[in-house]
Amino acid sequence: MSEEKEHRLAIARSLVESIEKGDDSETNMLVEKMAKFHELSLFRELGKLTREMHDELNNFSFESSSGVLSNSEMVDAKGRLNYVIKLTENSVNKTLNFVEVGLPLAAEMKDKSGLIHEKWQVFHRGEMSNDDFKKLGDETNEYLGWSTVQAEKIRENFSNILVSQDFQDLTGQVIRRVINLVQDIENKMIDLIIISDPRVKKEDFTKNSTVDSKANGPRIPDCDSHGDRVSCQDDVDDLLSRLGF
Amino acid sequence: MNKDMKILIVDDFSTMRRIIKNLMHDLGFNNTSEADDGKTALPLLQSGNFDFLITDWNMPGMTGIDLLKAVRSDPRLAKLPVLMVTAEAKREQIIEAAQAGVNGYVVKPFNAAALKEKIDKIFERINAN
Repeated sequence: MSEEKEHRLAIARSLVESIEKGDDSETNMLVEKMAKFHELSLFRELGKLTREMHDELNNFSFESSSGVLSNSEMVDAKGRLNYVIKLTENSVNKTLNFVEVGLPLAAEMKDKSGLIHEKWQVFHRGEMSNDDFKKLGDETNEYLGWSTVQAEKIRENFSNILVSQDFQDLTGQVIRRVINLVQDIENKMIDLIIISDPRVKKEDFTKNSTVDSKANGPRIPDCDSHGDRVSCQDDVDDLLSRLGF
Repeated sequence: MNKDMKILIVDDFSTMRRIIKNLMHDLGFNNTSEADDGKTALPLLQSGNFDFLITDWNMPGMTGIDLLKAVRSDPRLAKLPVLMVTAEAKREQIIEAAQAGVNGYVVKPFNAAALKEKIDKIFERINAN
């Protein structure tokens, strides 16, 4: 039997004795002693778990096994998630920049080819003079050269947009690590709860968690329309029209 | 470097596989296949007659470095050109990859030009030997 159990048993035996003797003050003293002893061992377990959690958070801070984390801001879970916000913002801005350059390029191409095409319709209707036709030939030739260069610029823009989508991979790796940390801490908290109330079992903790806040953030694809949540634009429009919009 | 060469792209993030696939197609290499982990990639390589392997490092089942080592120690695959494309950029890792016989190492985030340059370099060196 462990030293702790022996100690407890000793107190318990004295307690029984004092109750049988009818010694109230001795009984109360022993009940308090037993409670304090229980508190102490609980305290020790709590302290151990808290230290483990603390160490884990510290290790998370200093861990830097990936080049993605070499930025000095990436020192803890909050830093990492802020990094995700920053990186996704930068990537979206980069992509939008390429789109803003590319759209006018395509529009210009459409306008120029439209004009030349119109002129060819005039020619097909037999309404064009020989001089104008000669000019049209030169114009068309020039346009084809120009549009080859223009199309290459558009293609390069698309290629840049393609590469800019790499943020999903980079942020995904960072988020995974934070998820692991959250899971570990969650497990430790469950351990803490179990220690403080031995009636509670690990099986009592299911995967579902309720979120009470009214602002639930962006729709996460796994959630269907149920309860308070409306899941897609059609449902939103439906609800709005029922409300009279 | 033949534009028909069979390329295997390995990364656990499908978006990254898709980006690399599109970049390769843009360079004229249309014969691409994909795997989501070193573990699924190895049997594909062993039965597939691939000419080029592009792989990430961090993958849950078998990492890229372990895949590389497995490739180099398989007599049928030992000569396969391997390019690592990864966010891992610590000196020890790059050294480990080099010592394990990687042919090229591209760090994420990368741009199209860097990828093309590394691929050209790999095959230049191979053809020179």
